[in-house]
Amino acid sequence: MARHCTVKIFVLLSLFNLSFLVSTNNIEDKAGQFFNSGHTNNWAVLVCTSRFWFNYRHVANTLSVYRSVKRLGIPDSRIVLMLADDMACNHRNPKPATVFSHKNMELNVYGDDVEVDYRGYEVTVENFLRVLTGRLPASTPRSKRLLSDDRSNILIYLTGHGGNGFLKFQDSEEISNVELADAFEQMWQKRRYNELLFIIDTCQGASMYERFYSPNLMALASSQVGEDSLSHQPDLAIGVHLMDRYTFYLLEFLEDIHPSSTTNMNQLFKVCPKSQCVSTPGHRTDLFLRDPGRVLITDFFGSVRKVEITMETINLSSPMEPLPERILSEDRQRETQYYVDQLPVSVIIHQVNTHTHTHTHTHTHTHTHTHTHTHTHTHTCTHTPLPPMFWNMFIL
Amino acid sequence: MATAEVERKRGQLAALSIAVVVVLVGVPLWWRTTETYRAWLPVNQINELAELQLQLSVDVEVVFSRGTLMPEQQKKVPFTRTQEEAQKVDDDTTLRYRYESKYRTANIMEEDALKQPTAAEADLSLHTLSASPCGSVVVYVIPETSVLLPQGVDVYIGHRRTAVLRMGAPMSVGKNHKQLLAHLEPRITQVVQVMSFSHTDITAALSDRVRLSPGSKESLADSMRSFKSSPGYEITFSLLNPDPKSHRLDWDIEGAVHSYIQPLLTKLAPLANFSIDSQILYYAMLGVNPRFDSSLEAYTLNADSLAHVINPVEARLGSNAASSNPVLNFLLYVPDAHHSPLYIHDHQKQPVASNAFHSPRWGGIMVYNVNDLYGRGETPLPVNININMEKVMGVFLAQLRLMLGVQSSPAPPGFLVEPCGGAGLADWELDRLMWSRTVENVATATTTITSLAQLLDQIGNIVINDNIASQVSSTVTSLQLAVAELEAGNLGFALQYSKEAILASERAFFDPSLLHLLYFPDDQKFAIYIPLFLPMCVPILLSLIKIASEARQRRKLKQSKKD
Repeated sequence: MARHCTVKIFVLLSLFNLSFLVSTNNIEDKAGQFFNSGHTNNWAVLVCTSRFWFNYRHVANTLSVYRSVKRLGIPDSRIVLMLADDMACNHRNPKPATVFSHKNMELNVYGDDVEVDYRGYEVTVENFLRVLTGRLPASTPRSKRLLSDDRSNILIYLTGHGGNGFLKFQDSEEISNVELADAFEQMWQKRRYNELLFIIDTCQGASMYERFYSPNLMALASSQVGEDSLSHQPDLAIGVHLMDRYTFYLLEFLEDIHPSSTTNMNQLFKVCPKSQCVSTPGHRTDLFLRDPGRVLITDFFGSVRKVEITMETINLSSPMEPLPERILSEDRQRETQYYVDQLPVSVIIHQVNTHTHTHTHTHTHTHTHTHTHTHTHTHTCTHTPLPPMFWNMFIL
Repeated sequence: MATAEVERKRGQLAALSIAVVVVLVGVPLWWRTTETYRAWLPVNQINELAELQLQLSVDVEVVFSRGTLMPEQQKKVPFTRTQEEAQKVDDDTTLRYRYESKYRTANIMEEDALKQPTAAEADLSLHTLSASPCGSVVVYVIPETSVLLPQGVDVYIGHRRTAVLRMGAPMSVGKNHKQLLAHLEPRITQVVQVMSFSHTDITAALSDRVRLSPGSKESLADSMRSFKSSPGYEITFSLLNPDPKSHRLDWDIEGAVHSYIQPLLTKLAPLANFSIDSQILYYAMLGVNPRFDSSLEAYTLNADSLAHVINPVEARLGSNAASSNPVLNFLLYVPDAHHSPLYIHDHQKQPVASNAFHSPRWGGIMVYNVNDLYGRGETPLPVNININMEKVMGVFLAQLRLMLGVQSSPAPPGFLVEPCGGAGLADWELDRLMWSRTVENVATATTTITSLAQLLDQIGNIVINDNIASQVSSTVTSLQLAVAELEAGNLGFALQYSKEAILASERAFFDPSLLHLLYFPDDQKFAIYIPLFLPMCVPILLSLIKIASEARQRRKLKQSKKD
């Protein structure tokens, strides 16, 4: 009897130990998974290449992917959104400032914080290739650049009208699969990406990823060569088709993903089977080094940051030094500008000219004055009364 | 008839002259007008550079103080030894490490300096005696019985480039020269590797060129954490105040930056330009709800939820639109009155001393609790709070050092490393950074320039302007100079040349004119040229054939006539 008891206790204890071991392994695994993928930041390049009102669905495609990507955490500063036409403010849009993706106008994907980086005629093959390869003129602002580094995972989404080996831009030019593959190779040479996910939703989309040859590329397309990608459903109030099938089901799939979900890429490959899509979606993973089953959706669509606790601090014992006199006096020299003083509203409204308010609006002249300055210091300003029209120019 | 003959001859002459004009004038003209302008590139030199053979030389000075040397060993001093070590990284890259060690005895002033009570003071007075150039290491050897170093510590590394090494017991070292060297050399190599570079550091710097599988999780984390070499960085300090109704925060950021951060950045000036700005954001919340822990009577953020804190905040941070430099963000978050105090817990559910965390290649966030600065309940809102910038800057400075790549790998056992304190960076840490950045710059510039040459070679119809050719030439020159300076051991010049090389190579590679815009498949090329040239060439060819056949017939007639 006693032996039976001890055996039972032994079994229980060993089970308890085992579960404890398993749980500690899980914590280790979680910590290990943090550094499973080699990326520290995420970028997204979302391109809609067609214009004209009847291509509403392409803009809606791109905007719904944009919305999902933003929801999962990628900020606007790391998204390059290129829309070839403005559907929200198109004069044929019965509901201006909206772009819907579901019929019955359920979901407005335009929203109120959309930031379009390349719009209208700026979306050209040249600009797209310049964004990818980084060969932009020096005057391009930060928001229009793809400032990725060797630890960035990039999501590239293209939609529009395409054919066997090409994608049509703006109804007037096209990009071929060879050019795209060369652009990705140049990105690889300069280590501008860690891993790249390429999704294309056009007719015969699989032809666009046939020519890729750089490592760490994964590609998905909505249809095979010889097949057409079809649109989902029209909305009778707006009068056009709202979404393409592949992106519609992709959006549905992404709505279930949240920033900490562990869904992997194999599930993404199953999105929109032939029964729903009519075309056969295809994918290509032979150039990708990791196993797609271990790649999380949020590795590309979201922006889960790697985080480390700061363990050590520096002991700063010396007290703060006061700022040297030079810096202080420079500060004082910069006079506080008030907006109300720069625009002589009273002058414009009442057509009255007063001498004290005739500043020139370019404040780039050099002042030499002492600390105590009042509004009546002399600088180059005109004391002759200016005609009211002159001030109107300054307002604009 | 005679006129028919003349006519025919004239026709033949006309056809021949047209053919001659077409071949001699037309074809070269067409060739010259359709070729793309390609300036000359030094392709041979670029191919030479593709095979990267780097030699890194370190000057080591070993100074023996009194009591360390046996009389027999004393006779040999001073002497010089050179050690070379070759490592092959991959097919294209070989590294050679050269340690030139000069051994000598200490002079009287140095002996006095080593008699100081503590190692830190000795270090200070030793520094005033001589300034070692950047990239070099000085090791002072003290006898085993010396009390300068505490028990159990064999090596002390100070703020500058000097280290103090405790000699082994005379019995174990031995009497003659060879035994002395056998005892000392491995230990000195270890010290030099900590203070300048080790093979793993250099191969990590070459990661652009050579994608080696990471040895361990720590090395992967290290390589992912610090920014890649860049000509400039932007640092932004942000104060997040989600509750301005309760807290009126006052932080003297200008003074703090001037006192604490600027010395570090001034020291790092040879590496990169830094621009600093600061901002205060109101009503900016963290995106994660902290959990209330009743045992601590405080709110806690556990380590797993930290990853989701950054994204909602980043949208509001903004950045300088004009530059494309990488941005480091340092955020100071003061929790709102309802969620105070807020502590960060690590994976083991223990509170973190610094109450801060950082994200690789992005920056750091520190949570600053203020609820103990005002009493409970009665104080009128909003409360004026003056933020203690020393504590805050201590954390931010540590995070900044990590982000910039100042390695904080643990020292080997028996080493005592002096913490850097107010200066922010020890001289030997700066040297380490300079070694790895120089190698990284040289490697990146060579990869860039070789891939550019390959690209221009492959695609025949990209125009190569003169400015690109000049940038490429200057890159090649700077690279050759940088490699030469590394061989000679002049670290400062090597870094400067490598920076010039990388700037020029980036400018050449990313020049906007190098866009291979149009891809012409062969059938399209034929489709363009055939309608232009075929109608013109067909009559010429036919008439030439006719002339040739007539000439052959005439020759046959002549021959038959002769016969």
